Amino acid sequence: MTHVNDQLIIFNDVSKFYGEILGVNRVNLQIAPGITSLVGPNGAGKSTLMNLMTGLLRPTKGTIKILGISVDDPERLFRKVGYCTQFDSFPRGVTGRELLVSFLLVAGFKRKQANELALQALERVNLVEAADRKVAGYSKGMRQRIRLAQAIAHEPVVLILDEPLNGLDPMVRSETIALFRKLAAEGLHLIISSHILHEVDMMSDRVVLLNNGYIVAQGNVHGVRDEMEEHPMQIFIRCDNPSKLASFVFAQDHVVEARLNEDRGGLFIKTRDADRFYLLLNQAVANGEINIEAVAPVDDDLSAVYQYLIGNSGGAA
Amino acid sequence: MSAATETISKQESSSSLWLRQIGAIVRLEMEKNFFGRRSFLIYLIALLPLLPLLVLAIVVPPSNEWRDFNWLSGFYAAFYGGLILRTVVFFGCAWIFMNLFRGEIVDRSLHYYFLSAVRREVLVVGKYLSGLITAIVLFTGTTVVSLLLLYLPRFYSQSVRYFIEGQGFKQLLTYAGITILACIGYGAFFLVVGLFVRNPIIPAVVLYGWEWLNFLLPPLLKKISVIHYLNSLAPVPVSEGPFAVVAEPTPAWIAIPSMMLVTVIVLAIAGRRIKHMEVRYGSD
Repeated sequence: MTHVNDQLIIFNDVSKFYGEILGVNRVNLQIAPGITSLVGPNGAGKSTLMNLMTGLLRPTKGTIKILGISVDDPERLFRKVGYCTQFDSFPRGVTGRELLVSFLLVAGFKRKQANELALQALERVNLVEAADRKVAGYSKGMRQRIRLAQAIAHEPVVLILDEPLNGLDPMVRSETIALFRKLAAEGLHLIISSHILHEVDMMSDRVVLLNNGYIVAQGNVHGVRDEMEEHPMQIFIRCDNPSKLASFVFAQDHVVEARLNEDRGGLFIKTRDADRFYLLLNQAVANGEINIEAVAPVDDDLSAVYQYLIGNSGGAA
Repeated sequence: MSAATETISKQESSSSLWLRQIGAIVRLEMEKNFFGRRSFLIYLIALLPLLPLLVLAIVVPPSNEWRDFNWLSGFYAAFYGGLILRTVVFFGCAWIFMNLFRGEIVDRSLHYYFLSAVRREVLVVGKYLSGLITAIVLFTGTTVVSLLLLYLPRFYSQSVRYFIEGQGFKQLLTYAGITILACIGYGAFFLVVGLFVRNPIIPAVVLYGWEWLNFLLPPLLKKISVIHYLNSLAPVPVSEGPFAVVAEPTPAWIAIPSMMLVTVIVLAIAGRRIKHMEVRYGSD
């Protein structure tokens, strides 16, 4: 029988110190299948978390289990886990294909299967043509893709990707994001760190925001945003009579600010309860009091959440 | 679990999987050891004893000793102990085995192994075996070729008889065996040093001094060295000079198993060390 914890990545009170320096502190996390993004400024602890998950680092305190497997058991762990690190280095003199095949052989695959898996991975990252060239001669984007191919070659069910979109041109970026979505749809766990917030926002099922080694928020972006009561939600409404709408909504206790747009064709409001506000707006429209052209949340995205929770302290995002 | 990895886990026992993984690691590492950027120095070290012997083959020294066939075995014993064993095999093994892990850390490529579905202890065994094969091929080659190079050019027919019908072949095999044992012992030591110490040159120099000063040590301390056991196996005893503290040579039936046992213990320490090793290239 499959235990529920065998489907999750679990951090149990994990701390990591580099001597006196804090890596991450008191991390408690449960990560379900889908795309989970780790977001935070440089030095927030994103790579440390990933390295802890894969046994490249060992926690000073706490335990980590990936689908029920201890990170101390690489033989079992890396049959299920693939990790694309940020280390932009390769064994000397290898070609892309040799890199994939040799480490598939080390993992125990037979030569024929290793060759097939390597080819499949190369196809997935569009590197077949360059497969027999030395990795040392690859461009930055190609090196990123060969690392990605190395991480997915053995068909893992958990894929950990440290800044996987770095160095990729826009076309390849969108192809890679599509690949991530496809893998997530197949039921894989994808844990991705990135500092490009709009891309994270676009592809993630949930985010983990880190700052100075601590988790400051986690969950669905909108869920996290909803819980930030100290930062009322901003909504822009384009309508035929913004002044009337302003006087109407301002009477509500959850609306803390209403401001006319410069062109006087719309209204910015700030509310502590977006759901109640949308309900109110529906009533106003139903009663024929105003005609609405568009409604758009202004700060219900990862950038806003990041800005509110972390601000410019890190500067990476 | 993916279909690809299911085939590994279902198809075989752990031991056959480990053997295949060790084979893959050995092949990968041997390629680096023999053809990698760091291999040039190894070839240079291995060829070092052949150069003076080549010169001696071309330019025969004027002294009468060089015309005495029987004198050559004593000369080779000293040449082997002083240059081949204590210098070539020692520093050759230091370079090969320390770089098995330290070289990967310097090149920032160790994480590829650590992120593979292979036990780290299996990785230690695979890397050690690759180093051992490399060292044995090169330094046993040096041992054999240098012995032949000493005898054949000046006493060809006598030497051929000596190696085919006389004691020569046995001597040759014994020296080759000592070289192999030296590679096993020094190899394990330097593999561990490469795992524990950031700058392995210092412990290498300390051990080198300890091994050279072995002749001055009291009998009990002599036994805490590799060279004591290797010297005990030498087919032709060599005088260690007037200041040497004489100790009974250890019989082969004790010397060989003792070295093997120590090697296994040292490799177990290496396995334990690597199991808990972190990859933090920045701090290395």
